[in-house]
Amino acid sequence: MSWIEDVIRPRAQDWEELYRTRHQHDRVVRSTHGVNCTGGCSWNVHVKNGVVALETQATDYPRLCPDVPGYEPRGCQRGISFSWYLYSPLRVKYPYLRGTLLDLWRAARAEHADPVDAWASIVGDPVKRRAYQQARGKGGLRRASWDEALELVAASTVHTVKRHGADRVVGFSPIPAMSMLSFAGGTRFLQLLGGVSLSFYDWYCDLPNASPEVWGEQTDVAESADWYHSKYVVAMGSNVATTRTPDVHFLAEARHDGAKLVVLSPDCSDSAKYADEWVPIHAGQDGAFWLAVGHVLLSEFHHQRQVPSFQDYVTRFSDAPFLVELEAKGRALAPGRLLPAASLPRLAGEENAAFKFLVWDRTTDGPRAPQGTLGHRWQARKGQWNLDLVEATDGGEIAPVTSFLEQHDAVVQVAFPDHATGEVALRGVPVRVVATDRGPVQVTTVMDLLFARYGVGRGLAGDYPASEDAPGAYTPAWQEPFTGVDRRDVVRIAREWAGTAERTGGKCSIIIGAGVNQWYHADLAYRAAITALVLTGCVGKNGGGLNHYVGQEKLAPVAPWSQIAFGLDWARPPRLQNAPSFHYVHTDQWRYESPEEDLRFDPARTGKLAAGHTMDHQVRAVRLGWLPFYPQFDRSPAEVVRQAEAAGARTDAEVVAWAAKEIAERRLRFAVEDPDAEESWPRLWFIWRANALASSAKGHEYFLRHYLGTHHGSIAPEAAEGAVRDAVWRDAPEGKLDLVVDLNFRMDTSALYSDVLLPAATWYEKDDLNTTDMHSFIHPLQAAVPPCWESRTDWHIFEDLARRVSALSGAHLPGLVRDLVATPLMHDTPAEMAQREVLDWSKGECPAVPGKTMQGLAVVERDYVHLHDRFGSFGPVARKAGIGAHGISWKVDDLLDDAVRDGPSVEWGGTRYPSISEPKDAANLILRLAPETNGESAWRAWKAEEEKVGKRLVDLAEPNRGVRTTFADLARQPRRLLDSPCWTGLTGGGRTYSAYVLNVERGVPWRTLTGRQQLYLDHPGFLAFGEGLPTYKPRPGLDGSHDLRTTQDGPGEIRLGFLTPHGKWSIHSTYGDNLRMLTLSRGVHPIWLAPADAARAGIADHDWVEVKNDNGAMVTRAVVSARIPAGIALVYHSPERTVGVPKAPSRGKRGGMHNSLTRVRLKPTLMFGGYGQFTWASNYWGPTGNNRDTTVLVRRLDRAPSW
Amino acid sequence: MNVRAQVSMVFHLDKCIGCHTCSVACKNQWTDRKGVEYAWWNNVETKPGAGYPVRWEDQAERRGGWVKDGEGVKLRQGGRAATLGRLFHNPALPVLDDYYEPWTYEYEHLFTAPAGTDQPTARPVSLLDGRPLDVRAGPNWDDALGGSEVYARGDPGLEGATESERAALLEVKRLTYFFLPRMCNHCLNAACVAACPSGAIYKRGEDGVVLVSQDRCKGWRMCISACPYKKVYANWETGKSEKCILCYPRLENGEAPACFHTCVGRIRYLGVLLYDADRIPWAASRPDDELVDAQRALLLDPRDPAVAKQARADGIPEQMIDAARRSPVLRFVKDWGLALPLHAEYRTLPALFYVPPLLPVLGEPALERGLFGELGQARLSMRYLAGLFGAGNEAPVRAAYLKLSAVRLHRRASQVGDVTAADAAAALARAGLTAPQADAIHRLTALADMSERIVVPPLAREGATEPVLEPQAHHADGLGLLRVLGGGR
Repeated sequence: MSWIEDVIRPRAQDWEELYRTRHQHDRVVRSTHGVNCTGGCSWNVHVKNGVVALETQATDYPRLCPDVPGYEPRGCQRGISFSWYLYSPLRVKYPYLRGTLLDLWRAARAEHADPVDAWASIVGDPVKRRAYQQARGKGGLRRASWDEALELVAASTVHTVKRHGADRVVGFSPIPAMSMLSFAGGTRFLQLLGGVSLSFYDWYCDLPNASPEVWGEQTDVAESADWYHSKYVVAMGSNVATTRTPDVHFLAEARHDGAKLVVLSPDCSDSAKYADEWVPIHAGQDGAFWLAVGHVLLSEFHHQRQVPSFQDYVTRFSDAPFLVELEAKGRALAPGRLLPAASLPRLAGEENAAFKFLVWDRTTDGPRAPQGTLGHRWQARKGQWNLDLVEATDGGEIAPVTSFLEQHDAVVQVAFPDHATGEVALRGVPVRVVATDRGPVQVTTVMDLLFARYGVGRGLAGDYPASEDAPGAYTPAWQEPFTGVDRRDVVRIAREWAGTAERTGGKCSIIIGAGVNQWYHADLAYRAAITALVLTGCVGKNGGGLNHYVGQEKLAPVAPWSQIAFGLDWARPPRLQNAPSFHYVHTDQWRYESPEEDLRFDPARTGKLAAGHTMDHQVRAVRLGWLPFYPQFDRSPAEVVRQAEAAGARTDAEVVAWAAKEIAERRLRFAVEDPDAEESWPRLWFIWRANALASSAKGHEYFLRHYLGTHHGSIAPEAAEGAVRDAVWRDAPEGKLDLVVDLNFRMDTSALYSDVLLPAATWYEKDDLNTTDMHSFIHPLQAAVPPCWESRTDWHIFEDLARRVSALSGAHLPGLVRDLVATPLMHDTPAEMAQREVLDWSKGECPAVPGKTMQGLAVVERDYVHLHDRFGSFGPVARKAGIGAHGISWKVDDLLDDAVRDGPSVEWGGTRYPSISEPKDAANLILRLAPETNGESAWRAWKAEEEKVGKRLVDLAEPNRGVRTTFADLARQPRRLLDSPCWTGLTGGGRTYSAYVLNVERGVPWRTLTGRQQLYLDHPGFLAFGEGLPTYKPRPGLDGSHDLRTTQDGPGEIRLGFLTPHGKWSIHSTYGDNLRMLTLSRGVHPIWLAPADAARAGIADHDWVEVKNDNGAMVTRAVVSARIPAGIALVYHSPERTVGVPKAPSRGKRGGMHNSLTRVRLKPTLMFGGYGQFTWASNYWGPTGNNRDTTVLVRRLDRAPSW
Repeated sequence: MNVRAQVSMVFHLDKCIGCHTCSVACKNQWTDRKGVEYAWWNNVETKPGAGYPVRWEDQAERRGGWVKDGEGVKLRQGGRAATLGRLFHNPALPVLDDYYEPWTYEYEHLFTAPAGTDQPTARPVSLLDGRPLDVRAGPNWDDALGGSEVYARGDPGLEGATESERAALLEVKRLTYFFLPRMCNHCLNAACVAACPSGAIYKRGEDGVVLVSQDRCKGWRMCISACPYKKVYANWETGKSEKCILCYPRLENGEAPACFHTCVGRIRYLGVLLYDADRIPWAASRPDDELVDAQRALLLDPRDPAVAKQARADGIPEQMIDAARRSPVLRFVKDWGLALPLHAEYRTLPALFYVPPLLPVLGEPALERGLFGELGQARLSMRYLAGLFGAGNEAPVRAAYLKLSAVRLHRRASQVGDVTAADAAAALARAGLTAPQADAIHRLTALADMSERIVVPPLAREGATEPVLEPQAHHADGLGLLRVLGGGR
């Protein structure tokens, strides 16, 4: 063995220079990955000889504090493969147009001197229009010059605004926080134009509606470092070990610090194997598990033994003590509305008394109205919107009674249906009687209703389960058939959970994501889990809380950014559209949904508020002002103004009044009421930073059919004719869109199907800002190299387009154009008090009052000739109105003066403005104005919040009042965000960010009806659907009645539930088509099958299979793995149909991808509006594009696939 | 005593999420070029699983590493004479199918497809000959139990298991897996070095990095068969062997190797170990059940003045000795006995050690267990884990698990209190740990930042240059020997 020796022989080692040379690079630039992924990882991009060579993570995040693990390195296998795209053959290097369209355009341009006329001649000719529509997605792309491509797009834009109305121009780009200016470039262009910005969070089904339901908050969660403080973590529906790659080390580190990790997952996921305990729960049944946990918590920790800290917590921070009126429902009583102060003669005269709610005060032995409720929030007198348990009338302290068990006037039997069985349990509930303006009413507390709903009898009479081992909602025994989890495990976990919470003051947390959130009844599952958190005092604590991580959106400097992004600095309100409603209606997916299907998804409907086809709910939601809908009317919104003017209306108010009357008298109709009429179609669609036609497109094949008018794979029968009352039924149009414009750096499915493909700069080729909720820093994207080939940044593309639109507008859209904008009742405004009752003006139940009983209406002036000038300058509105969020605002006029003085500025029309024509300048303006990056703005924001709340808060801002942050600072090192009232965590002194700490520690109310965490939802619609209390509703199951009406089971075919969890080799469809990720997986995006299922169909590992249902078909390979439970199939989100996809035998066409198999179904309860936290804001509230209840057939391909 | 310094590694498998960021970092940096497309100097495998190249652990077939030979050891594939006889036909060499045929896609077709009647798609094509390829293998084919009936059951480590034990791994109650990142072990007793007929492979004196000289390699590939870990790869373009270089150009600049820098699970630790080279023959030839302990015994304690003195005498720079004292690897391997060599029975004395993974407890309903479960309730058998990390001996693996578990109970007791102080103390005693040791383990596992996890020793480049030329005259060349010596390529 003498030959193994260390050598130092420099002359023999001279060859080592070979690898040293390969390692060398010239420049390192900080950037990151700007779309889809919420990791927010800071990266160093290594440039060698002017070419990006590779990337490694930046590791210089400031350490929060020594007792918490640091954030380095952040960045995963997907991110580190990004540099592949820059110079790859998948890179879009030049502008492309579909050849068919390009030929038509060149011919038209030869004929028409004016580009707008030329465009009109093409889209006005049905034959020409069909010709290029049918060519979509079928190859035949041709290079064009930027001039030619943008001229066509500008002409189409101007034509659409002029001929159809600006609200027919639509744009989609998701999750701005990742590259907020790239997003804002497009939306700013659209909003200055009067166009429509589609939402994404709800459409992706990432919005957890339970969050607004319970907390009045879109989403607020802990940064991942806060997991380290948690001592009991349950992860469910969230495969963090795969999807939160840069964060998951905190979980391992927490475990080595004594935390326990329990994973609920149907499959043995990467997270399941990372846990102390894997609970193999049935897919989509997490809610039942948590209801049973809640049963144990209520029984053992709130009744048999009462934990003082839990008692105190639910009293102060939840609606547990609030009074609920019991209402007669049939022969039994049912939980009704929260009892408002307006019911008491003593308080009826108070401002907003209908929106102040009551608790039972132990001291006075009667109802009193604590501060901090919705009525206090919007009343004229400031300073009473806080969580102090006092009544504002006399400042008297309140000692709320959470339960009437000890002292009651009666015990009454209340009906609690079990929606799984249809059985109704009558359970005794203790009540007090309150003298109201309507006479005596029986009230109970939310807490008493929870005990009853959960089946904890407390010795009361009624259909209560005898024990945890007895059946009956919601005992541990009850949940077994749904979840497959042994009751003893539920009890043990519940006890471990509560024991940990009790000992640590609430350091139990839930990590939750798409695996729970993308079911039809996801909000119910979330509420069950949240209730367990609240019952054990775990929300608003470091180490505690519900941490929802899927598509979550935390654009930290939201106040100034939204000014720029939505053009609020020039004109308000913007046109923001919830994408689920938009696509459900416009892609005609509603036509394929039967009334039987609706009942199958939710049989628990009682009363007229719950009746009807989903499309009827959708139309009603628009009619009553709950949801937006664009196009607005059966005619151009500018045309409406012209007609009003023709009828004599002069002022804006007169125009609004005229339009309201026309609406009320049904002469002016909402487009949603006749969505397939030509005048209701969207016409022009901009897609950027997105894969809107594929990975985002639930019901992809319906997009191809009804939007694009090209080949598609749907064989589903129409099923809604005759069932829909409020929308006109007519033949389904194919090819509604005149033009689809895609800005992209890679040839993805959307690019392949678009008419115009514009080369976009990658994330290593532009300057931008990045924030996330996974950590509490802000850091930049920067151009490591200039935009490659002919690519341009999104911002500059839209800026150029604005310039061309302005140039064409002199002839076509001159002067100031008045546009009537319809908007729904908005969250964080007094419109939260608009509709305590659901009354329909169209049925004569109330007058049609804009902004009260129906959509709000506002006249907005557009200046198309100066569109480009407006785009590049920060306008005057914010100077006057200030900036703000969440119902507060503060002045920034002096900061804007500074911006004009110190920064780039521009003068036109006689006024000088801060210039934002360059993205870096826009970034600097955001950093200058945002409370999260400017200490002075933060101080003012806290001051405004302090005045509203009436409690001291500016102390939170004082230590950092001098902080100023610039883009150059961020280029040097990520900066930690300052605390701001736009968010609910407190991070002073190196604390980790956890949601709702502000509320718990500082007494700032949640933005809900009661101002408290709201476990009981008393909206009449929720009551009609049986969802007032935390509830279980069953899944529709695998009978396939909704997905397999035409498609019949054939021999060798197996029927499976179809799940699309987030995977390892892509972030949605990004990265999943690159060579690195495809090589490390299996070269395709396979379908994962259980061995038993595969055996039934004769499928072996790696066989080609077809996966199909009525909606469409895909072809891929099978992975047969014991990791997968029988009955479900997994295709990780999200494949492209562009890479390695053969023909689908059942369709004879190219196979699709996972969204070929989906069709979206909207949940009607999520459409309600105009009442407390059930009031719309974009990406905050509204139905989601849920897609998990999909059934497919899988079969093995008999022969080699055809290409 | 003959003291040498070795840059060594620990992978904390309990933290590994199998993300492969390390693999891509390495590929981007080193093997993104013709001839080595298929080569992943760093790869991550799922265990149980067949690995890459497939069934590399099956040494009856692969013939890698050393076997005991009387009082000493010999290469399993045979001594130099036998090796020379196989230069032109070496049946133990893996073939391309054991790795995979690298591929790409006709991406450009998406841009160039003429107008047609259906949507174009980019087909997979071979990177070797450009023809359409039916992709049937890849470098990570059985990731996360992909094809577990085929691949997990094909794990050579399960060969001693009964059929029912093997079947149980596919049942929901016992099913589990973990990730095993692998790279060159830069062994102290490297079989590749011993096997090279050309003397092209050497172990650098300054840091112990094992390198294949691209000047001297003649492409005989005996190193490939000799390496039991199959971590030497043939470059089919140059005809030479290549392997992980532990990113020495980065180490020389004080940077972590790319796979360490990018390890987002923060599982990777790097630091210097001092060892007694005189005892290599002794350590490599112990009976199987003594191998782990023997390798630990080989390691020297740099805090021992006698060791430091001898190290200086053996030419180890002071700064290297100092780095060895701060080495996290020393603590995991020597002080705490938490990190264990992979397949010590291959007798190459690897410089890479693994902390074995904690895994979920059995899925029996209502299993009586403590908060975290008991050792006997683990989903993978101790026998299987001992096959990987104990050369078949369960004792060192069991000892490591007792320590991992005791640290958690100790921390839980102090922070939550539902584990009693007495129970935590008993667990520590059983594991042979003191409370301060447990806190130190927790700290290095959870709280250490990069500078503590990865202690790159200052490598004295000038020392390597000085014998050849005057450093000061050439500092602008970065002391680049190649250019000075005119050996550019």
